[in-house]
Amino acid sequence: MDIHPYLEFVPRALARTAFLTVTSLAIGLVLGLLLGLARVGPVKFLRRAATVYVEVVRGIPLFVLILYIYYGLGSFIGQFWVASPYIYATSAFGLCYAAYIAEIFRAGFQSLDRGQTEAARALGLSRRQAMRHVLLPQAFRNILPALGNEGVALLKDTSLASVVTIAELTQSGKAYASLSYRFFEVWTVVALCYLALTIPLTWGVRKLEARLGVRSAPHTA
Amino acid sequence: MSAAPLIRLKGLRKSLGGKEILRGIDLDVARGEVLCVIGPSGSGKSTLVRCINFLEIPDQGTVEFDGAVVHPDESLDQHRARVGMVFQRFNLFPHLSVLDNLTLAPTQVLGLSPDQAASRARSLLDRVGLADRERSFPAEMSGGQQQRVAIARALAMQPQVMLFDEVTSALDPELVGEVLAVMKGLAREGMTMLVVTHQMKFAREVGHRVVFLEGGVVAEEGKPEDVLERPKSGRLKEFLGHFS
Repeated sequence: MDIHPYLEFVPRALARTAFLTVTSLAIGLVLGLLLGLARVGPVKFLRRAATVYVEVVRGIPLFVLILYIYYGLGSFIGQFWVASPYIYATSAFGLCYAAYIAEIFRAGFQSLDRGQTEAARALGLSRRQAMRHVLLPQAFRNILPALGNEGVALLKDTSLASVVTIAELTQSGKAYASLSYRFFEVWTVVALCYLALTIPLTWGVRKLEARLGVRSAPHTA
Repeated sequence: MSAAPLIRLKGLRKSLGGKEILRGIDLDVARGEVLCVIGPSGSGKSTLVRCINFLEIPDQGTVEFDGAVVHPDESLDQHRARVGMVFQRFNLFPHLSVLDNLTLAPTQVLGLSPDQAASRARSLLDRVGLADRERSFPAEMSGGQQQRVAIARALAMQPQVMLFDEVTSALDPELVGEVLAVMKGLAREGMTMLVVTHQMKFAREVGHRVVFLEGGVVAEEGKPEDVLERPKSGRLKEFLGHFS
């Protein structure tokens, strides 16, 4: 096996995959949190809007969503702004995962004991303060494993960025495979590269879980 | 010192789930008074205290505090900040240390500095006998200790009245005494208290007045020795019979 061609493209491709994952996840988390808050919030209009968003986006395959945003919307946007394919890809990933993450946050909030909200409000905390200091930290701790799953799923889904011309791991592997005809070797390397990213990610989430959960296991009265 | 009651409830009505729980409650709580509320389950005791800090919004009637009607659509946070509440199931914040449980609201709501809030919290923990537990987390403590922390957490806001909603009902029998002792101490210091309880001994020894709630109305009220020892209605006699 000649490793020189791999040294050529693997580090760059790994970095691109990691970059796509991190930026898309950031968008997904922020937007997902906002949507999740809207879904449990007091404003009926926002609740409805968030529900519609989640239902619509969850119902469309991610592959179609990427094509829709890159080729569909891109054909309009391209008329006045030549955006990088990364913009399209991370938007598509972020918008899609926000829908799933919103549902996770909603479940996280709804699983909390009503007494937590009541205790916070009874002390005079506003709705917002109660959310920020009492509900969100507990919900976040509870949903961390589920968020970790989303992170891993997203990392693997970034392989779909190959359709918008980004030479991330899968796209680079495809290019080198068709050049070298070493299919088994190339896809083994690509698969190992994904594992090299997902395993530390899973491990990191577990570490964080342990750190947040160790002294505050749920209490049964 | 005004003679006006600290809390005055007028014609309070509240329905929950299609059932009318409170059916017209008129009740005054004087400054410094310890008022014990007794009654069978479903008589509206909890709903009554929860209406005072608007965890339940009354359907009808008014809550007056310090001579002024509290309007539920105005800032309830301000009202709640001066009304302390302790729950049956403690409801401590499990992700925060004991000290942080006590300092959260004073720093966020009253604007105390972290140092001020911490020193206030420490003196309160000392008062409830838990000075050495400020770094513990709720899950590491017994029910009785948690409930004492919950009392200290409410006191950290320096409320003008304390509401106790069956605060010993979720405790193992041997842990009830330590919580009641803290409450007794509070009463002795002149705290205005509204105590929903099944602890008749506490009501008799500590209460200044006892209210018997039945079917969402005040069925009997008076001095503890009168209400508890010389009940007028057959229903109250029957209710008290469960405790003897």
